[in-house]
Amino acid sequence: MDNNNPIEVTKDKSLIIENGSKIAVIGGGPSGSFFAYFALDFAERMGIEIQIDIYEAKNFHVAGPAGCNHCGGIVSESLVQALSAEGIVLPSNVIRRGIKSYTMHMEQGTTVIETPLREQRIASMFRGFGPLGADDVDSVSFDNYLLQLCEKKGVSLIYEKVIDLERTEVGIDVQTKTNSVSYDLVIGSVGLNPRSFSFFKKITPAFIPPETTKTYICEFKLGHELINQYFGNSMHVFLLNLKNIKFGALIPKGHYVTLVLLGNQIDKEIVDSFLNSDAVKKCFPKEIDIREISPCQCFPSINVKNARYAFSDRVVLIGDSASSKLYKNGIGAAYITAKAAAKAAIFNGVSESDFQKYYQPACTRLNRDNSIGKLIFMVTTIIQKSAVLKRGIFSMVVKEQQKETDKRRMSSVLWDTFTGSAPYTDILMRVLHPATLISLITNTIKGIFNLNNSKNDK
Amino acid sequence: MTNNSLGHVYNDGEVILKQGSVGDCFYVIQKGMVEIVDETGDKETVVAKLGETDFFGEMGIFEKDVRSCTVRAKGEATILTMDKRSLYKSIQKDPSLAFRLLEKMSNRLRETTKQMGAK
Repeated sequence: MDNNNPIEVTKDKSLIIENGSKIAVIGGGPSGSFFAYFALDFAERMGIEIQIDIYEAKNFHVAGPAGCNHCGGIVSESLVQALSAEGIVLPSNVIRRGIKSYTMHMEQGTTVIETPLREQRIASMFRGFGPLGADDVDSVSFDNYLLQLCEKKGVSLIYEKVIDLERTEVGIDVQTKTNSVSYDLVIGSVGLNPRSFSFFKKITPAFIPPETTKTYICEFKLGHELINQYFGNSMHVFLLNLKNIKFGALIPKGHYVTLVLLGNQIDKEIVDSFLNSDAVKKCFPKEIDIREISPCQCFPSINVKNARYAFSDRVVLIGDSASSKLYKNGIGAAYITAKAAAKAAIFNGVSESDFQKYYQPACTRLNRDNSIGKLIFMVTTIIQKSAVLKRGIFSMVVKEQQKETDKRRMSSVLWDTFTGSAPYTDILMRVLHPATLISLITNTIKGIFNLNNSKNDK
Repeated sequence: MTNNSLGHVYNDGEVILKQGSVGDCFYVIQKGMVEIVDETGDKETVVAKLGETDFFGEMGIFEKDVRSCTVRAKGEATILTMDKRSLYKSIQKDPSLAFRLLEKMSNRLRETTKQMGAK
């Protein structure tokens, strides 16, 4: 090469994945497994032989917090479809229930929103083995299933805690209590773990971790029979006028129902106000005190502002550790960021500029979409507080669900908002469609008149 | 319908899609098997059997033509429907999603060529 020619730039060969390259994935949750799976798949297609080790300290065969990754446990419609197209079909021992409708509860009433094709198109599952005391030995946790899938593809699983990371001249050293191994690329799929972030900060000084808020998750053990009777294959969502709660959901899963509350710094008092509301009480058998049948509860953090500078030479953070989808479909965001990082690493390289050019755009798209998401949830909060608007939406959805039509505009907006299946930008565009707005205004005005008439009647 | 599965359950022999019909969906087998049947003329010929994770109906996605064969469940089969718009949107966002589709279609072309050679 002519060194005087400024146009010809040779890529630093040590920052390229080639035969014999070694990759460490720190964290065996969905983002780590998705990265390993797709990186090996792409390398195979390119004819490159690489080694991938996943480090995971948790044992997903254990029930309760020790084997849990603190998540609502929903695989969205769009992710189910994308995984199916990739050849990853979730087996029935992983799916705790196929969801085919959403039951929406407001103070104004309850209505059911069916899936577009009346199929079971959303999967509820446990990220870990299940709540404390779970003994369903035939079931497999979602995280474990993905790890097994990676293992079958040739990934090595190392069940050890990483205690430090160190940058050297030839790579990154991953240290555990028993060993220290040098890798060409290190993937950070450590969720929102502050201790792990401190290791990554050492080797990626510019990295700014995500900002978080507290949510609430708990399980109620009702048993199959009562779940079939009271929940069926429907996920129950609540748009109630309760302080700090943006969204509440009850998700049927095997013998259990999982409660997820999203909002601002959810605490015990807020949880009690939700559980004591009439709309929630109606979902359970009267004779059961639900607090007595709850073996597990936690206040996990979720990502509300994505990380910045989540990569450097030979290092990239993915999933919740980098960019997630606001309030919804965190596993879908894990899939998007993990696959983008795998494509960047295998097809392009592992330098900071490769990740900037080929990985960062996926995170930027999620970040931009989350800005729209914040706007949507701001509007949702206004709607939650307005009986008139809720009446209008409720009436619109009820009418749409009674008609055999493809144009269930408000139903599809709510469906995608609740499930996290579509980008927030798409949802906003559908809300702003003139037909949706006209119908909403008409139904709201009718709702006001009906309200006045019923007041006059009294 | 079982509670812990995705898609729609078809009973043994139930037709999932009919030769000559118009369709813009494609299908992924979640569980069980299906057979692809050519119903040209008076007789039926089973041209292929597909199992878990396989897909069918993809020609309806890429061509504006009627279904070239009938597909029916061989035993109980659970099938997930994927609509054309969602698939195109997904591929537009992530072209690598088409790798497996191309690989499978290439396999099928190879199989068909082999079968024609055998005749």
